[in-house]
Amino acid sequence: MMTPLYKYGFFGDEMSLIVAVLLGIGFGFCLERAGFGSARKLAAQFYLYDMSVFKVMFTAIVTALLGVTYLGWIGWLDLSQVYLVPTYLAPQIVGGLVLGVGFVVGGYCPGTSAAAVATGRIDGMVYALGIFAGTFVYAEAYPAIKGFVNATPMGQVTLPQVFDIPWGVLVFAVVLMAVLGFWGATRVERWIGSRS
Amino acid sequence: MSASPIEPAGTRPGAGPGGYANPYVAGIGLGLVLLGAFVIMGRGLGASGAFSSTLAWLVNLVAPAHAQANEYFQGYLGDGSTHPLKAWLVFEVIGVLTGALLSGLLAGRVHFAIEKGPRATAALRLACAFLGGMLMAFGAHLARGCTSGQALTGGALLNVGSWAFMIMVFVGGYAAAWFMRWQWR
Repeated sequence: MMTPLYKYGFFGDEMSLIVAVLLGIGFGFCLERAGFGSARKLAAQFYLYDMSVFKVMFTAIVTALLGVTYLGWIGWLDLSQVYLVPTYLAPQIVGGLVLGVGFVVGGYCPGTSAAAVATGRIDGMVYALGIFAGTFVYAEAYPAIKGFVNATPMGQVTLPQVFDIPWGVLVFAVVLMAVLGFWGATRVERWIGSRS
Repeated sequence: MSASPIEPAGTRPGAGPGGYANPYVAGIGLGLVLLGAFVIMGRGLGASGAFSSTLAWLVNLVAPAHAQANEYFQGYLGDGSTHPLKAWLVFEVIGVLTGALLSGLLAGRVHFAIEKGPRATAALRLACAFLGGMLMAFGAHLARGCTSGQALTGGALLNVGSWAFMIMVFVGGYAAAWFMRWQWR
């Protein structure tokens, strides 16, 4: 059996929407379990007393990265069929910066705001309205900023390709970095906790 | 007004603060859902795209001529043969709302509240939430994805742009944190 199942024609578009709902339920459940329906819990990452955002995010990244790596090695997953968002370095750097500021100002990101809305958080609902407003402004501004949005294209490209490092070595480096990061994050939490 | 205050991490061994799941357990769960998306669909998770589809549909309802003349909305409306809300991410976010509600109900965390620190007023907090949502939307569009579609999904695929984006999200967040501390602490 070869995966991704959808790309290898195991099911069609209608079924893919049912899969979307099921994967979304798992996604939303994990976000709320982790406490990410709460803006205070999310914002705490940036005040260093609760680094759950970093821990959850990098545990998830390492889990999925190890999964695709091993499934690829044993030949069950065709990684070339997993969609990679093309890299446009300059707008993605600026976009990340703007989004990071928006995270601390608003308290959520789009996915976590959905978890906040579902659990009755009024600030999450207002935040979601803000997303619609920001999207509208972007749509109206799009003709003027199109040049920058499409600047510095690098295509669909991975870190192992750009730095010419074997995939497995880079996976090991990411895992090592994550484990050291978890250790460091917990030390910082304890240090900040003991000060306040 | 809000749920139990967030205690400093590590006060209760084995469990995260505020009655939430241990972050590593939640992270493994999230990682397995993401891996499931890769293996079943050949794509990752997302969120901001669902907002775009919904807005394109709404603008097309209210002002069809305007929506169809706009290059950005046109991309979400297509040739009109499929409903703009019949999009993968719209269905996925319906699932996110359902899953979060389910988890919240099981934990007794579903109630109306405004999440804020003790020093912030409700009105200022809501104004910031709106402004933050706007900034987030603008940033996510520039970056071609948000924390879900770029950082999480692309992070696990070692996507170059996703890693550059993710580092800058933390840079932006920490740079703005000092100016926003009245809202949270």
